[in-house]
Amino acid sequence: MRQMRNLLTGILLMLGMLFTTLPVAAQGGEAELDSIAKRDDVTSAEQKENTVDVKEIVFGHIGDAYEWHITTWGKTHVTIPLPIIVYSSQTGWHAFLSSRLEENEGSYEGFSIAPEGSKYEGKVVEYDAAGNEIRPWDISITKVTLSLLINSVLLLIIILAVAQWYRKHPQGSAAPGGFIGFMEMFIMMVNDDIIKSCVGPKYRKFAPYLLTAFFFIFINNIMGLIPIFPGGANVTGNIAITMVLALFTFVAVNLFGTKTYWKDIFWPDVPWWLKVPVPMMPFIEFFGIFTKPFALMIRLFANMLAGHMAMLVLTCLIFISASMGPALNGTLTVASVLFNIFMNALELLVAFIQAYVFTMLSAVFIGLAQEEHKEVKVKENNN
Amino acid sequence: MSLLLPDSGLLFWMLLSFGVVFVVLAKYGFPVITKMVEGRRTYIDQSLEVAKEANAQLQRLKAESEALVAAANKEQGRILREAMHERDKIIVEARKQAEVAAQKELDDVKKQIQQEKEEAIRDIRRQVAVLSVDIAEKVIRKNLDEEHEQMEMIDRMLDEVLAASRSN
Repeated sequence: MRQMRNLLTGILLMLGMLFTTLPVAAQGGEAELDSIAKRDDVTSAEQKENTVDVKEIVFGHIGDAYEWHITTWGKTHVTIPLPIIVYSSQTGWHAFLSSRLEENEGSYEGFSIAPEGSKYEGKVVEYDAAGNEIRPWDISITKVTLSLLINSVLLLIIILAVAQWYRKHPQGSAAPGGFIGFMEMFIMMVNDDIIKSCVGPKYRKFAPYLLTAFFFIFINNIMGLIPIFPGGANVTGNIAITMVLALFTFVAVNLFGTKTYWKDIFWPDVPWWLKVPVPMMPFIEFFGIFTKPFALMIRLFANMLAGHMAMLVLTCLIFISASMGPALNGTLTVASVLFNIFMNALELLVAFIQAYVFTMLSAVFIGLAQEEHKEVKVKENNN
Repeated sequence: MSLLLPDSGLLFWMLLSFGVVFVVLAKYGFPVITKMVEGRRTYIDQSLEVAKEANAQLQRLKAESEALVAAANKEQGRILREAMHERDKIIVEARKQAEVAAQKELDDVKKQIQQEKEEAIRDIRRQVAVLSVDIAEKVIRKNLDEEHEQMEMIDRMLDEVLAASRSN
């Protein structure tokens, strides 16, 4: 009897939850309800057209594009056309807005975007006489590029504005408050906690690079979280971006590496048989030179990509479930919104953590390459 | 897969923008800020050091003044004690001197008394001698028959002598 009652209350509770979530869904979008009502009497062919292509949405958002798609209102796409700048080995330089491609049915000045299934899918290509796709030298201002430029300018404005205060005030004046005070705290936190403690005594030489890297990654991460125009592009989740950052760290580590650093790579302190007939340890150490920045590149890229992907998939959940009936759709909408709020909060944390981790690891690698032999011995003695 | 392949155009723009951002911020941005903050930090550290030193100096001065006061107090006590000592000594000395002076006076007085006494005795002796001579003269001069007349005679003579000495 008791079990029966428990079951009944359980069912009642679930029903109650469903009904309480329904009005939210109804308020959430009347258009959605309309589309659901319409969907009831559409044919199977139309249904296929109406289903949401999650893969396309997600990859379209996290990938790069020649235009900045903002929203689709009914049938019209609201996009910001971006300049395409290409250099063709046959016809030289070309520069035109991406909207020209659409206006001219996908092709302009001999260039078009490679169709699905092509080797250069989604990229601007031209066709040679034989009809083969040729990829021109492409330095278009794409979505990621534009976002990158906007964020770079923003970073320059913020830091230079803060620096301006310091330039204007004499040494020994009282500490600033407000935003400048906050930035000072932030900068000095990175400077003291990450750079000074990880690089070691010679940190002053590397502090500008590491600070730049930190704030560059941080501002791009944060801007990526803003869903509308100036933000929203997946900049730090693009491997080209992280590759350049890792490259800078690679250069900073190896260009300023001390004799001890190079000696430890090619003649490490290991038993002789590990390095004399077959240079096993030197090989591993040499390989390590490249794996360290490679790991930096992949870590930042994968973390930011995964964050964007998770949020997009959670958002898509609403549209996927639209065909599953109002009850399930309403519940999933609420769940999706709640999860998205959680994910946004988490990504805010990740934005900081990834910038922190990249800077800290770069600082550690630089610090290791700065070590003098004496210090190594002292450390060994301490141990 | 295209996600994992870096796009050359993007690489170019990233290299350019990050390079520019890095150069500009490394030259005009971060060093200005960190230098000033570090300068302020050293300034604060120095100020703290100076304040600590000043405090120590103050403490030292206080201790010094206290020591000075204590020394002065001690000196005062010593001086007072010495003065008391001196006073006692002076009193004792004075008393001794007074005693000596008194003794001397007493001695003088005694000597004078003695002298006067001797003089008086000498005077009396002389007078007695004179009286004796006078009495003897008168006794000899008068005819002394009877006992009572002799006695009367002596009494009268003695009265005369006394009267004479008194009139003298």
